[in-house]
Amino acid sequence: MGAFESILLTVITAATPLLLAAIGELVVERSGVLNLGVEGMMIVGAVMGFAGAQATGSPYLGAVFALLSGMGMALLFGFLTLHLVANQVATGLALTLLGLGLSGMIGEAFVGQPGIRLTGIDIPVLSDLPLVGRLLFGQDVLVYLSLILVAGVSYVLFRTRAGLIIRAVGDNHASAHALGVSVIKVRYLAVLFGGACAGLAGGYLSLVYTPQWVEGMTAGRGWIALALVVFATWRPVRVLAGAYLFGAVGILQFHAQAHGVGIPSQFLSALPYIATIAVLVIISRNRILTRVNTPACLGRPFVPDR
Amino acid sequence: MTVDDTTDPQQRQAHQRRGTILLEAQGITKRFGDILANDDVSLTLRAGEIHALLGENGAGKSTLVKILYGALDPNSGDLAWQGQTVGIASPAEARALGIGMVFQHFSLFEALTVAENIALALPPGQSFRELSDRIRTVSRDYGLTLDPSAIVADLSVGVRQRIEIVRCLLQEPRLIIMDEPTSVLTPQEADQLFVTLERLASEGCAILYISHRLEEVQRICHHATIMRHGKVVMECDPTQETAGSLARLMVGSAVHDLKRGVAPREGNVHLALKGLSADAEGPFSVAIDTIGLDVHAGEVVAIAGIAGNGQSELFELLSGERLATIDTSVMIGGMPMGRAGITKRRRAGAAFVPEERLGHGAVPGLKLSENLVLTRHGTGDGLVRSGFVKTGRAGELEQKIKKNFDVRMSHDDPEARALSGGNLQKFVIGRELDRRPDLLVVNQPTWGVDAGAAALIRQELIDLSRHGAAVLVISQDLDEIFEIADRVAVISRGKLSEAIPSNKLTRERVGLLMGGLEEKTGGAGDAA
Repeated sequence: MGAFESILLTVITAATPLLLAAIGELVVERSGVLNLGVEGMMIVGAVMGFAGAQATGSPYLGAVFALLSGMGMALLFGFLTLHLVANQVATGLALTLLGLGLSGMIGEAFVGQPGIRLTGIDIPVLSDLPLVGRLLFGQDVLVYLSLILVAGVSYVLFRTRAGLIIRAVGDNHASAHALGVSVIKVRYLAVLFGGACAGLAGGYLSLVYTPQWVEGMTAGRGWIALALVVFATWRPVRVLAGAYLFGAVGILQFHAQAHGVGIPSQFLSALPYIATIAVLVIISRNRILTRVNTPACLGRPFVPDR
Repeated sequence: MTVDDTTDPQQRQAHQRRGTILLEAQGITKRFGDILANDDVSLTLRAGEIHALLGENGAGKSTLVKILYGALDPNSGDLAWQGQTVGIASPAEARALGIGMVFQHFSLFEALTVAENIALALPPGQSFRELSDRIRTVSRDYGLTLDPSAIVADLSVGVRQRIEIVRCLLQEPRLIIMDEPTSVLTPQEADQLFVTLERLASEGCAILYISHRLEEVQRICHHATIMRHGKVVMECDPTQETAGSLARLMVGSAVHDLKRGVAPREGNVHLALKGLSADAEGPFSVAIDTIGLDVHAGEVVAIAGIAGNGQSELFELLSGERLATIDTSVMIGGMPMGRAGITKRRRAGAAFVPEERLGHGAVPGLKLSENLVLTRHGTGDGLVRSGFVKTGRAGELEQKIKKNFDVRMSHDDPEARALSGGNLQKFVIGRELDRRPDLLVVNQPTWGVDAGAAALIRQELIDLSRHGAAVLVISQDLDEIFEIADRVAVISRGKLSEAIPSNKLTRERVGLLMGGLEEKTGGAGDAA
């Protein structure tokens, strides 16, 4: 296996958790909810994924555990912000803190234990093709799932009535309510979807990326996923491109260090955020981009007047 | 005068009404806190009848129609649809019964296209291409031109209203509720709408028509219900009444005719536009094309035009929200101001009232006194000293404006959004007039404002000019223009016609100029 191929393989592994978390958060934000608790939902997903795999012996069931635990965290967020109309920013930050603490407590028993890896699939002949074999046909199911999710979210958002309703709720919840759309229900579903994706992204870390439990192992990836959604101007295909770009930057960091290249690693870790700020500056100068893609009701609580 | 002698229902005999009863509301009462918005209101809507609902802003009309449309729950009262008692718990249920509504404050999604906006209001199961075709067909049939793939954010107020109307028509409703549908339409567009409404009525559709424009009500409505302070004060046949008697019933006192005062002599030029040009900012924005205009002290100049012909772009260039490329293309009080910011222009004696009062003219979530500071912090009114806001002074000014301009509010110094449209407009205009500016530029001064408030605002504009200020009014309301303007210019596709004294101008000529006909034919008679 060539060095180039191995770099590409690690880029895919680094990009997938970012992609999973970001595509979920994109749907949440398109519905007008800002959930800053992605990091918290991810880390709980990571520890529950690890625990699930340990308990059942199956990494696939572990992934299901991760997904459900992310949804559980999202349900709490939804109850607080949608039902009780708590401030979304504050609740999201609290969710992250809760997730970090909770995962540390649950994971205490698992520190240092060997994990169960969710291995790549193996298609005879195809996986053995030179160069592209491992790359295209030897990945684990979650990589394929993340790509299907991007296509699916893109299709649903822009080609179906359900997606139209999600975007309408995010653009103007009062008008959507007047048309008879249940704003709260739509947002609950979007928040739960976002939680499932974030949980799965966390599970990917503890089941594929580094199959073990380390406290705080998400290491800021939830925040990068949040930045990624803005970077992509709330477009699913751009989230895909951005996730792989940010993933590559992360991998580059290790290789640059290993080869003694003189770029400070701090600069490389800051790069996703710098890129996001640059994108924010660019889109804010373009009326069409901001008005058409940015959900106008993002972060605004909805209270129907009846 | 007292109102009681004219409002006794016994005095006016109920006229013959035809058509089967479609929707009947009995004893509707709705309370918001201490305010009784609807007090035992009853209403009968019949198939094939255009039914006017008249009343000032705050009379309870909007509350009543929201209840009929299922957007609000009444505290008590019954609704019956074709004789069957129904509870309309949501707009979706109202639509399922066959009730459609065109909102006054548009309920559109700015980020979505015209077709997507319409699709949301229709039952699912229709392909996008079919829908786009239907939109084109309906909009052509009813003369309401629409491009289904345009994004709403780029469309003017007039076009947005067309979307609302077409959206409602596509639902093939049995009853259409229209809240101030003509307030932003040109006379020609309004005529087209009346044809549409009459056709719908002849097809057996019931129409509940809310308007402040009494001439319209008299022209097209078969029956009228007049509300005041949350109660029905009168039901009548509007064609049997005069505009004056309807206005008295609505307002509760006689509406005064405007006093024009003496015709002005030529004063100093307070606003001079010369070769003012600007590129279009987006695909649906209009380019301003070498506009020239002088506005003298002591006169009211009006700019007429169909919605979306460059009015908002011109206003932004005048107010300084957008800067002109050439400094001397906008001269305020003899000084070049084309490149100057808003505060500098205000300091030079200019004042501006934009079209949108909520969100542009005033910050919805701030108190009136705070909104006052926002526009007048830099104009030497003593509102800000060493960077600190003088809240006491702001409160005094707020009280003064409230008194002088008859701004009605439920409690002292409320948030801007708590005021009804007419009252907020009175406040926004009062805030600028209170400075006694040398130049006032105002865009759509009485849009969506009730008759009483509109008359007050128009009189204030005339009085300001007669005290030596130059007043420039941008309006789509021809009645208003002919009521107040000394000279009239017409804007069409970003070009401005010459300003013509209003007594030498006919409505037909304005109509032709609006369509851009005179510029093409060089003013020759072959336009006819």
